[in-house]
Amino acid sequence: MNEFFILMKPELMITVIIFILLFIKLSGTIKNDLLLLIIQVLLLLNFLAAFFFNTSGILFDGMYHTDELIAFQKCILNFGVYLISLLFADWFMNTEHLSEFFLLMLSSLLGLDFLISSGNFLMFFLSLELATIPLAAMSNFDLEKKISSEAAMKMILSSAFSSGIFLFGISLIYGATGTINFTELPAQLNGNFLQILALVFVITAFAFKLSIVPFHLWTADVYEGSPIAATSFLSVISKGGVAFVFISVLYKVFQPMHEVWYNIIMLLSIITMIVGNLFALRQQNIKRFLAFSSIAQMGFILVGVSGNSQQGTSSVVYFILIYILSNLAAFGVAAAISSQTGKEKIDDYKNLYKTNPVLCWVMALALFSLAGIPPLAGFFGKLFLLNAGASNANYGFILFAALNMIVSLYYYLKVIRSMFMDKNENPLEKINIHPSTKFALIICSAGIILAGMLSWIYDYIQSLS
Amino acid sequence: MNLLWLILVPLLTSIAVLLVQKKQQVKWIALSGATFQLVLAFILLFVYKNEIASGNTDSFLFQQKYEWFPSWHISFHLGVDGISIAMILLTAFVVIAGVLVSWNTEKMTKEFYFMLMILSFGAYGFFLSLNLFVLFFFLEIAVIPKYLLIGIWGSGKKEYAANKLALMLMGASALVLVGMLGLYFSNSQRTFDLIELSQSEIPVYIQRICFPLLFVGFGVFTALFPFHTWVPDGHSSAPTAGSMFLAGISMKLGGYGCLRVAVYLMPIAAKEYANIIIVLSTIAILYGAFATMMQKDLKYMNAYSSISHVGFVLFGIGMLTQTAITGAVIQMVSHGVMTALFFAVIGMIYERTHTRQINEMGGLLKVMPFITTVFFIVGFCSLGLPGLSGFVAEVTVFMGGWEHPDFFHRFATVLACMSIVVTAVYILRAISKTAMGPIKESYLNLKDARWNEKLAAIILVTGILAIGIAPFWINDLIKPGAEIIMQKLSMPH
Repeated sequence: MNEFFILMKPELMITVIIFILLFIKLSGTIKNDLLLLIIQVLLLLNFLAAFFFNTSGILFDGMYHTDELIAFQKCILNFGVYLISLLFADWFMNTEHLSEFFLLMLSSLLGLDFLISSGNFLMFFLSLELATIPLAAMSNFDLEKKISSEAAMKMILSSAFSSGIFLFGISLIYGATGTINFTELPAQLNGNFLQILALVFVITAFAFKLSIVPFHLWTADVYEGSPIAATSFLSVISKGGVAFVFISVLYKVFQPMHEVWYNIIMLLSIITMIVGNLFALRQQNIKRFLAFSSIAQMGFILVGVSGNSQQGTSSVVYFILIYILSNLAAFGVAAAISSQTGKEKIDDYKNLYKTNPVLCWVMALALFSLAGIPPLAGFFGKLFLLNAGASNANYGFILFAALNMIVSLYYYLKVIRSMFMDKNENPLEKINIHPSTKFALIICSAGIILAGMLSWIYDYIQSLS
Repeated sequence: MNLLWLILVPLLTSIAVLLVQKKQQVKWIALSGATFQLVLAFILLFVYKNEIASGNTDSFLFQQKYEWFPSWHISFHLGVDGISIAMILLTAFVVIAGVLVSWNTEKMTKEFYFMLMILSFGAYGFFLSLNLFVLFFFLEIAVIPKYLLIGIWGSGKKEYAANKLALMLMGASALVLVGMLGLYFSNSQRTFDLIELSQSEIPVYIQRICFPLLFVGFGVFTALFPFHTWVPDGHSSAPTAGSMFLAGISMKLGGYGCLRVAVYLMPIAAKEYANIIIVLSTIAILYGAFATMMQKDLKYMNAYSSISHVGFVLFGIGMLTQTAITGAVIQMVSHGVMTALFFAVIGMIYERTHTRQINEMGGLLKVMPFITTVFFIVGFCSLGLPGLSGFVAEVTVFMGGWEHPDFFHRFATVLACMSIVVTAVYILRAISKTAMGPIKESYLNLKDARWNEKLAAIILVTGILAIGIAPFWINDLIKPGAEIIMQKLSMPH
């Protein structure tokens, strides 16, 4: 019983928070600012608790397993959710159903936690659904906007489709091997046609969740239509969580078939980088822009995934930590601007530096980090992904990925140019930033600057994986 | 001597610049930081000379090694030899002159000096590092400051030029990165360390793949033909100090990288590809010289002439003889100081006449004797007048090229020599059009150089004369470094 509490601590913590929120909701009306404060404190506690009592162990006959790396991955996700609760304070204040939003978000987080810990495809499927379905409701949260409902509709349809494909893949695996248990599967895999087909279906389902080309079509519309808090959860936390699982499924379960999936991953990575980058070039809406850039980033993560080594795992986990910091900072600035002025176009940012120098520098830090410019953390993250990928000695692929960084630099520079260089007599007015947003942006900026150069962060992840 | 100082001083200066509010404070902090860098560079020079005089024969002195990313075997490894000290001196000279000439920057002064200091931080780190990863880190640090310097404080087609420069240099870095990873995975120790790599046998087929990647990657920084196209736009759109840094320091990063990483680590491939390098650099020398003749804008003129002059660096490296390599390094230093001074003078003239068109000027010698005299000196240095640094560097390169007895090398040397005639044509024409002749009435009230401009010019002229009149000290400084590279090249395989 004691073991149960210790091993399932992250999930239990989130469940407790969900119940507290429910009770608060039921016990009457409470003002948004107080409620938000309570939520922030609870999420902070949840984040801090993730540092203690992390051991490895197995529960429910292998359905659930955890170890220190998994605990760290959950910790990263908790951290991201805490940052979200701080960053979008303006939007949270004005929303009518604040507690419901967090209920949905935490349910999805709970699903992700179970997903990371699952040791069986059945458990895996259940938690994937738990992680996905609340997302559709979150996308629909701007109730008065039509575009938001459209986003939710697209989200739910595409995730239903991907679930179907995934279930089909699982049934093929069961048919081919007679087991769906992660520990028993590798011994049964021999790379026959049925198993390859199953592998393709499973990867397809993952590709839907990670919005990897050609399964990315829902991404931009959903990102644009959803409220920005939901968008950032979707693009950062949910993707990060699924990427963690993707790695462990490929490296542990499908390890005997790594030659097969290596080629698939390489192909997906190449087209994802091309399409993500090319589409990002033309975007004007900052949310769509970040959506396509995140597609390109996913292609980059696949370079590290293709490494198939301990370095592959650690570089992906490290990159996702940095990706969370950088992307959330960018979303935070965009949200601060759009919640006060309603402007979401890159052209609206022209000469923003004149009125909001600090916001511009935070945005610049975030975008340069995403583009992989030293000394920011993104540089180290991308370099280690490339290093991990290069261990297969496939230099053409690595060169292609490195050259893609140029294209991505071009569109990140477009935003920078708009903010710092373009002439504009009437830039947007001075933006008042909510104190908690300010705090979160400081955390993100410090993280972006330091997380790379302080090498012990990477070494810690490396020692866990 | 603790080499970390040379990295920390620019970094701390840039942070200090951010922390203060008043423009005056910003300027003085930047100036004192730059002075401190110059003093440190001289201290380093003397300490190094003492060590060498006392019989120290290590290839790299004052080495420092700190673990950085142990899981990738990446350590923060610093060390210097004569070549890097020459480059560090050059950097220190250009930085202090750059700070001085931009004394009157009104627009976002704080950010401007911050960018300059970050640029110098990158340059020092690059020249000091003995680990490919650290080297790459510092190489990339400088890209964004360049972009912002051109884009925010530049003139003309600045956005276009800034974008072109950032993207081309980023592409170059991508090539360098892949070449670097190739070297990393080719050796059994999995190391980025320059010294360990130079001791390990890098397989020939890896050399054949990685040498072009690294050489072209670094070559883009040094305006290797046909990847020179960022140079004219970038240099002419940048603010004065930005052009000085770009042409004076940033282009030298590439030359240093070609020599230190590509040639030093992969001698076999270097010999195989040497002829291609010579052909490309000869084209760059001639093309740059002839293109300069067509320019009407002073900044464009110097930008194209930089392509031609920097071609000598790659030309010298491609010749692979000790004299030629020494000449290439001297040319890097000489051209760095000279072109920085050139851009500084052009900036001073432009600030007064508000034009850079050669045809619109005339008779400036009468109203601004100091600036025009410096313009003469730097012009003569550029066309290779004996007694100034350009002559020393180019003659050394030509002698190195002539050491090869065969037709190909000698023919290339003759072709490269011919560019000097062309240089004389455009320099003399530019000088006579701007300084001599009747003066426009509107120019009659123009003032001569202020104290800061005079100081900057004097510092850089000192550099030109120090190499031009007494070349032996820099020759002695570079010699041990060049010898080590030659040892690697002459090893039997």
